[in-house]
Amino acid sequence: MSMFEKARETAQGVMQTVMKKAVEVAPDSWMPGGVPDPLIAAKHGHIGRPVSRIDGPLKAKGAARFAAEFRLDGMVYAALSYSTIAKGRIADINIAAAQAAPGVVLVMTHCNAPRLNPPPKFLSQNKAAGGDDLPVMQDERIHWNGQPVALVLAETQEEADHAISLIEVAYAAEPAATSLSEAIGKGTETGSFMGEPLHNEIGNADKAFADAAFTVDSVYRSPRHNHNAMEPHAATIVWEGDRLIIHDATQAVAHTAWSMAQIFDLDETDVHVTSPYVGGGFGGKTLWQHQILAAAAARLSGRPVRIALSREGVYRIIGGRSETEQRVALGSDRYGKLTALIHSGITPKSPNSALPEPFIVPTRSAYAVDNMTLDVQVCTLDMMANTFMRAPGEAVGTFALESAMDELAEKLGIDPIELRARNEPDKDPVGGVPFSSRNIVEAYRSGAERFGWDMRNAAPGSRREGEWLIGMGCATATYPYYRMPGAAARITLSDNGRATVDFAAHEMGMGTSTVQTQVTADRLGLPLDKVTVRYGDSTLPGVILAGGSQQTAAIGMAVMSAYNGLVGELLKLAGNDSPLAGLKPDEVVGINGGLAHRNKPERFENYASILTRANRHELVADGTPPMPFELQHWSMHSYGAMFCEIRVNAITGEPRVSRFLGSFDCGKILNPKTAASQFRGGIIMGIGLALTEETQFDERNGRIVNPSLADYHIPVHLDVPEIEIMWTDIPDPHTPMGAHGVGEIGITGTGAAIANAVYNATGKRVRDLPITLDKLFR
Amino acid sequence: MIPFSYARANDAAAALQFFANGAAKYLGGGTNLVDLMRETIERPARLIDVTSLSDSIEETADGGIVIGGAARNTAIAEHRLIRTRFPLLSRAIVAGASPQIRNMATTAGNVLQRTRCAYFYDNDAARCNKREPGQGCDAIEGFNRYHAILGASSACIATHPSDMCVALAALDAVVYLQGTEGKRTVPLSDFHRLPGDRPDIETVMRPGELITAVELPPKPMAVNSTYRKVRDRASYAFALVSVAAAIKIEAGVVGDVRIALGGVAHKPWRAMKAEAALRGQPATDVSFRAAAELELADAKAQAHNAFKVELAKRTIAAVLTDLSGDAA
Repeated sequence: MSMFEKARETAQGVMQTVMKKAVEVAPDSWMPGGVPDPLIAAKHGHIGRPVSRIDGPLKAKGAARFAAEFRLDGMVYAALSYSTIAKGRIADINIAAAQAAPGVVLVMTHCNAPRLNPPPKFLSQNKAAGGDDLPVMQDERIHWNGQPVALVLAETQEEADHAISLIEVAYAAEPAATSLSEAIGKGTETGSFMGEPLHNEIGNADKAFADAAFTVDSVYRSPRHNHNAMEPHAATIVWEGDRLIIHDATQAVAHTAWSMAQIFDLDETDVHVTSPYVGGGFGGKTLWQHQILAAAAARLSGRPVRIALSREGVYRIIGGRSETEQRVALGSDRYGKLTALIHSGITPKSPNSALPEPFIVPTRSAYAVDNMTLDVQVCTLDMMANTFMRAPGEAVGTFALESAMDELAEKLGIDPIELRARNEPDKDPVGGVPFSSRNIVEAYRSGAERFGWDMRNAAPGSRREGEWLIGMGCATATYPYYRMPGAAARITLSDNGRATVDFAAHEMGMGTSTVQTQVTADRLGLPLDKVTVRYGDSTLPGVILAGGSQQTAAIGMAVMSAYNGLVGELLKLAGNDSPLAGLKPDEVVGINGGLAHRNKPERFENYASILTRANRHELVADGTPPMPFELQHWSMHSYGAMFCEIRVNAITGEPRVSRFLGSFDCGKILNPKTAASQFRGGIIMGIGLALTEETQFDERNGRIVNPSLADYHIPVHLDVPEIEIMWTDIPDPHTPMGAHGVGEIGITGTGAAIANAVYNATGKRVRDLPITLDKLFR
Repeated sequence: MIPFSYARANDAAAALQFFANGAAKYLGGGTNLVDLMRETIERPARLIDVTSLSDSIEETADGGIVIGGAARNTAIAEHRLIRTRFPLLSRAIVAGASPQIRNMATTAGNVLQRTRCAYFYDNDAARCNKREPGQGCDAIEGFNRYHAILGASSACIATHPSDMCVALAALDAVVYLQGTEGKRTVPLSDFHRLPGDRPDIETVMRPGELITAVELPPKPMAVNSTYRKVRDRASYAFALVSVAAAIKIEAGVVGDVRIALGGVAHKPWRAMKAEAALRGQPATDVSFRAAAELELADAKAQAHNAFKVELAKRTIAAVLTDLSGDAA
């Protein structure tokens, strides 16, 4: 870590402390009105209805335009050449044949690339979007196996691909750190995430563990994973004078615009990023080298550029999830009351990545235990910068923790659900604050009943049908509630009774535009077809990340703030001749296309009437939500109880999930259809994490060996059984709409539920993901 | 992809004539060749499209079947006579790839598909004796979970990826070849080579020769046959081990048997030793396991695929037990 980084992290730590102090003295009524969001209590609105995606017909017709589908006049196509060594320098690069190849417009290397500032690394500043902060094609240095070393622009994609194959690079390789064991040997340091060290200690876990009546103590491993969104990364880029326009596939339009401005020495307002549709993000669709290189090449060539990574390209230059080696040691009394919890381990990262895989985060709030040691040690490898991938930390951390809980339950002879219930905390064990809304015991109870958990025989290997051994397992899913600062929204109300709401957020297939249409319609009291949501454009208000499962909350609070402003203005405009005369903003609600007194619905005037009487064509209200102080008051999380039935072939060891049920406690569910789809998608990804997915990283040279969907096994349809989804639907009074995030939680707990089911089926405890058939030979 | 010219041949003679102009490749469904061209592993100057050649599936006078070289995988798998007389072939084909790929892939192309060894595919960074003889093999000390346990060499441990060919090997299928010097036939089991020190030479085909058809000789015992593929996910994955087998049991004794293995060698592996050991033996689990042990006695595992040896033994025994039904 550089001195600069250390200083910055210290500064972030200081900020956290200041925030905490501020919160301690802050009144509890920081929320608008100091009361729960009124929409929580609303009964007959659009929220909670299974509204189909408003973008569905467009996508079915192929009319939704994705980043690689913008067609610009004079556009040329980009292809990239990737390094084949992990560290060293380019000794010589011969581009003569490529330059002479048919259709070639530009060959760009470090020799002729424009001078660029390094990308601002994600989390280093609030609008930073870079996966790392390495210089982009600025010198002959090679930092990882797969780094872009040349870019070709040609009139067609085929010509660009052909020309790339003609480039010859000679490398001067240097010793690289590509072996995990060697990297660990060189020393580790404590990881840091969101400005806080990945280390917690309460009581004396070592002593309590040594004294415990019952213990389990094992090491769990998870491999590298790569992003495989259906839409590979792409961008279409054009310069209009000194204005840079990027049609990107991103989960961070405003962050990308600001970051590109830093890289190209532009004013932030001169960079315009659009991203109307994204074919899956999962943490991988941020700012990587391809957008920067394509923008640089567009500037050099004076032509608009489309860059669309191949699947291999995604593996070479987009980060993935790093591997982990985690120890979980649990101590309990004979009733299963936890007395010691140690969750520690090692994860490698690249020297410049923004993220040490924070696998202890879910453990901080999991169980009531007085003695706890949590620790993430980080070593560095010369590799593509690892990054955020659906539930970074929680996805693999819950695998280890919840496998260990299953092991302890067996040792104690206690049902695994009961063991968890006996350790249910009444406040956050690390933070000491109360939970805002935690109904995990209820999620387990209802899930177990629906799943038929009572049919499980606790004795492993006791159920067999023909060649197939059948087992059941469960595990807790959890993911934090976040609401990142920086969001904003603008509501424009027209005298025809229509409303448009604008925010710089993202639709990556989750249903954002649909759900926010529902929420805004309910807030204003309008039918769905009178509300238009505009998003996916950096010129719209706010800095909103589609990440951390927080976008819905961030937008929701921003829209609420804009709405509050709008109501204040409307009441002013309504004046003394209105049935609303004299009412205060918190006395009215949006209903039936206008405002009405909360308890006297006859005191009503519709929006069109208010605006028309005031001679206003439209009314615009901007909203900026308060800082997320709720996160300091309460421990806030989404929860789930995951249930798996698995069949393992007794002859071949093949594991096949036969049933899965997720019982979630994620606050109020805003749209059952899109939420269920998010939960299911997460669980399917969790099936991949448990059984099939593994990036093969060749430690001899740091190269990814299986960069294709044929060799990197994500689950196919036949691997995915019917997945049943249910939820408590208990609103959290401390969040907008009473909702919690639903995007990432599905992948958490799933790995352990599957591993625990495998154990129940076979008596084999697999602690090393993925659980492939060779690990299940009896 | 390297630029190339394209010609369509309407019959075998035209195809051979086009080929005479040199540096050409015959193009079937393109499901493997085009991928390899995209990776610049295959660099033909000329593609000769032979999908207009015979795609017929016809019964022979003695009850066998001749399948045209251009017949699509889907058509073979769905054919009534193949499903009833040679069910292992239908099952092997549908165990492979995806419906879209099977709709395109041809018989000849399937027989000639190349290994999926990841190091063979990494044209930019990996050494591979199959791509460039003498270069070395990065798989031997690399990731080799999917690699060979039988018949490999110090030059190459790649496997043949086809499912269909495993069934063809068990069925004593015969490959019909046509070249400028005339026509000839080669048993499928002799058609693919073991790697030796020239893993780049994968078959016994001569330059310019074309696969015009594959014949399935009559085999009444094949009505009792099946194909079992063991893999890391339920579909769209290459075999770790696969077994194609047919068995005839008379009064509890193995009258005749055919066994071939996939995923274990540089070629579809006909288990001749196991077959020989089983003939005349009681059709019992013990006999099946013993035969499997014998076949795998010479197996040599790599760092990541030792499990395949036991997996192959178990799968052979399980398949034979399954086919024996009540007779075992």
